[in-house]
Amino acid sequence: MSTGVTKKFLFVNRKAPHGTIYALESLEVVLISAAFEQDASMVFTDDGVFQIIKGQDTSEIETKNFSSTYKALGDFEITKLYVDTDSLAERGLTADDLMPLTYEDEDDDYAEKPSIRLINRAEIADLMEDQDVVLSF
Amino acid sequence: MLLHTVNKSPFNNSTLESCLQMSKDGSGILFIEDGVYGAITGSKVAAAVEAAVKSKKIYALGPDLKARGIGDRVIDGVEVVDYAGFVDLATEFDGIEAWL
Repeated sequence: MSTGVTKKFLFVNRKAPHGTIYALESLEVVLISAAFEQDASMVFTDDGVFQIIKGQDTSEIETKNFSSTYKALGDFEITKLYVDTDSLAERGLTADDLMPLTYEDEDDDYAEKPSIRLINRAEIADLMEDQDVVLSF
Repeated sequence: MLLHTVNKSPFNNSTLESCLQMSKDGSGILFIEDGVYGAITGSKVAAAVEAAVKSKKIYALGPDLKARGIGDRVIDGVEVVDYAGFVDLATEFDGIEAWL
């Protein structure tokens, strides 16, 4: 059921997850865009790569641990999560440190596929040019 | 000697760099909130922190490391403290400078 115009949205995530509200706010808006059946992608660059690393446990700082919400993005058809490899390297991280975020491809017998796509900064520039709307968090 | 606290990520802010330059040997530097990213091994600021642990006392707040999923990748020589340890440090040093 489609009731309106579908646009390409890119959400640019550049902040670490727990020190400020940006990461959580971005996630909320991404999920709203999914509810309106928009073609949403996310890019994680600079400190934004910290949002999706494994093993986050906020029990001792008594804030909401929203890191598990990223695992649900695939169910909302948010399946394009671009991660800047340069930003990972600068922070001593590799792709193995990221949560295994996947989606089920309904066009391929619901095969489970990775949502994370590793790209470099030149590719991010191309990605931004290819959008109808870019929102920065 | 002062206890310095750093609460900003060293990757998008120069607070850690400034603090390292403007603190004396023997002083304490405690990483809290997003400041704990300064304690991660293999990053582009790790060499500066590894050098600092030789002359200063570097601490990181455990609950903030755990929240960020980096509790198991802390630079050798950085001492992890809990909230009670934070209070002890605040009393052991002569004063606190909170870098913002």
